[in-house]
Amino acid sequence: MVNLKMRDLTVFAADIRKQLLIELRNFGFGHLGGSMSIVELLAVLYGSELKHNPKEPNWSERDFLILSKGHAGPAWYAALALEGYFPIEELLTLNKPYTNLPSHPDRLKTIGVDMTSGSLGQGPSVAAGLCEGFKLQNKDNYVYVVVGDGELNEGQPWEAFQYIASRNLNHCIVFIDENKKQLDGTTDEIVKSFDFVNKMRAFGFNSFRVDGKHTQTILEGIRKAKGFSQKPTCIVLETIKGQGVKHFEDIVLNHVVRFNNDDVKATDEALVELDSIIYGGKE
Amino acid sequence: MMFIRHDTSMCVMGSENYGDLLLEIMGKYTNIVALDADLVSAAGARKAWKTFPKRFFNVGIAESNMMGVAAGLSMTGYIPYVHSFAAFATRRAYDQIYLSCAYAKNNVKIFASDGGFNIGINGGTHTSYEDMGMMRLLPDLIVSEPCDTTQMRWAMNEIYSQYGVHYTRVFRRPVRDIYKSGSNFMFGKGNVIKNGNDATIIACGSMVYEAILASDYLAEKGIQVCVIDMFTLKPIDSELINEIASRCKIIITAENHNVIGGLGSAVAEVLAESGFGTILRRVGNKDRFGQVGSVEFLQKEYAMMSEDIVKLIQSLINK
Ligand SMILES: Cc1ncc(C[n+]2csc(CCOP(=O)(O)OP(=O)(O)O)c2C)c(N)n1
Ligand SMILES: [Mg+2]
Repeated sequence: MVNLKMRDLTVFAADIRKQLLIELRNFGFGHLGGSMSIVELLAVLYGSELKHNPKEPNWSERDFLILSKGHAGPAWYAALALEGYFPIEELLTLNKPYTNLPSHPDRLKTIGVDMTSGSLGQGPSVAAGLCEGFKLQNKDNYVYVVVGDGELNEGQPWEAFQYIASRNLNHCIVFIDENKKQLDGTTDEIVKSFDFVNKMRAFGFNSFRVDGKHTQTILEGIRKAKGFSQKPTCIVLETIKGQGVKHFEDIVLNHVVRFNNDDVKATDEALVELDSIIYGGKE
Repeated sequence: MMFIRHDTSMCVMGSENYGDLLLEIMGKYTNIVALDADLVSAAGARKAWKTFPKRFFNVGIAESNMMGVAAGLSMTGYIPYVHSFAAFATRRAYDQIYLSCAYAKNNVKIFASDGGFNIGINGGTHTSYEDMGMMRLLPDLIVSEPCDTTQMRWAMNEIYSQYGVHYTRVFRRPVRDIYKSGSNFMFGKGNVIKNGNDATIIACGSMVYEAILASDYLAEKGIQVCVIDMFTLKPIDSELINEIASRCKIIITAENHNVIGGLGSAVAEVLAESGFGTILRRVGNKDRFGQVGSVEFLQKEYAMMSEDIVKLIQSLINK
């Protein structure tokens, strides 16, 4: 729960990305695209904005994070490990028998994970319930919920959004990871998103768009959201599926990556670059 | 005692999956429309999607919407072939299947992949050991789980010519061949794969191969075990079950599903009413949630291997 400076958030993001790549390459395949696109967001949340304490995971004053797009679990695990919730080496147990790190988050298995997800579309409703509970208890915990742009094809999140705004649950902050892709292709090819900012405004939210590729813009966005006390906020993050490693960004269908020789090579190269950010002090 | 897994010569690995057969049947019948909820690539159906783009509707990640769209398409005379993973095709769309499809008597064909342990690495959240139970509860549905490509191909063709809602488990990774290609079947009729009077295994889907392995192994030990492929869970073949119960003392069901609600329950219901006093034991998921792991790991973890069937039969016969 240290407040890191900007520079450190960039380094933290590099570290999360590094651990994520090692984790997925070690297992051999996984939901790479959507994991990579939330790395910067995780760095800002865990490095600065999320009230939490790895030494006391059940601290009653903590903020809650719900990763509604549960398939990005491996990125979350990397951030939690780096924050000290469990040893870094445990990342290598991803998806192995009896692991605490299953492909999709499980609140009964992973320390630091407050809610289970994987069947898309259910997170925002749970966030609404948490906010209602905290409100009844006169508490000011924030509830952050991360949804995918494809995930918003589902109807349930929209039921939740309307409810959250209607009940003025202003401690709810929704992030839409707008990487413009879902599983079978782009959102434009499958189901068009139209304009999330306008849609969320019409649903009663404060809503704006920020560059989700940089920690600074995300940080500013969250601080701005916390300044609004009248309404809940939705931050649309402009991201790239596979974000941060050109080779993976360029793979058209990069929802799940099965590491072939090229992918392993690209990962090795990326790790060298990430290490130079982490240890070398250059960007 | 360790049971060594052995290969039966007839059960070689097939090469086709749901997507391949969808491509084939869409080429054959122009009034079939395909629907999917952003799992076209997972189903191996990209080729069908690209070949018949006008008749292929990828509705996005919106399973309940998909069932309603399918109902509407059915009302305009098309025959919708709808796919998602078993967990999402059922749990996320149950009321739409109930009302828009079944109760309204529309002609919707649901194909669900990755049932039971076949979900593998996607883990507990994506696991469905309850889908066939849920579907069996809806009036008039035909619920089935083919065990190989030949049977799946037959089912996908037969379903085309039968009006009503069909729920069919399918596979997206190739499985072993059980039947000679071109074999014919009938919904509601179990297939006797092997004869024997010491015990009978009534299996469906992924468990048919395990049942054959178990029976082969026991035959070497002098125990003759009948194997039935009960690929239709509803309507259940009560005639065949009663015929077996009249001459065989031990019946084992084997399903890649919770033993509550699926094949084991369906057989138990028949036996309870027929009163033959047969011993029934159910192999399957014993009412546990799924978890993450490879298909092989999960099948062992949930005790759905041929070894588990063998041990059970031996313990009953040695009593
Ligand atoms: C209810 C449900 N339907 C289908 C899936 C399978 N699935 C997992 S991820 C995914 C695509 C998600 O796209 P998006 O929300 O845009 O995530 P991202 O691009 O951030 O990875 C699909 C279809 C699922 N997990 N849950
Ligand atoms: Mg997306």
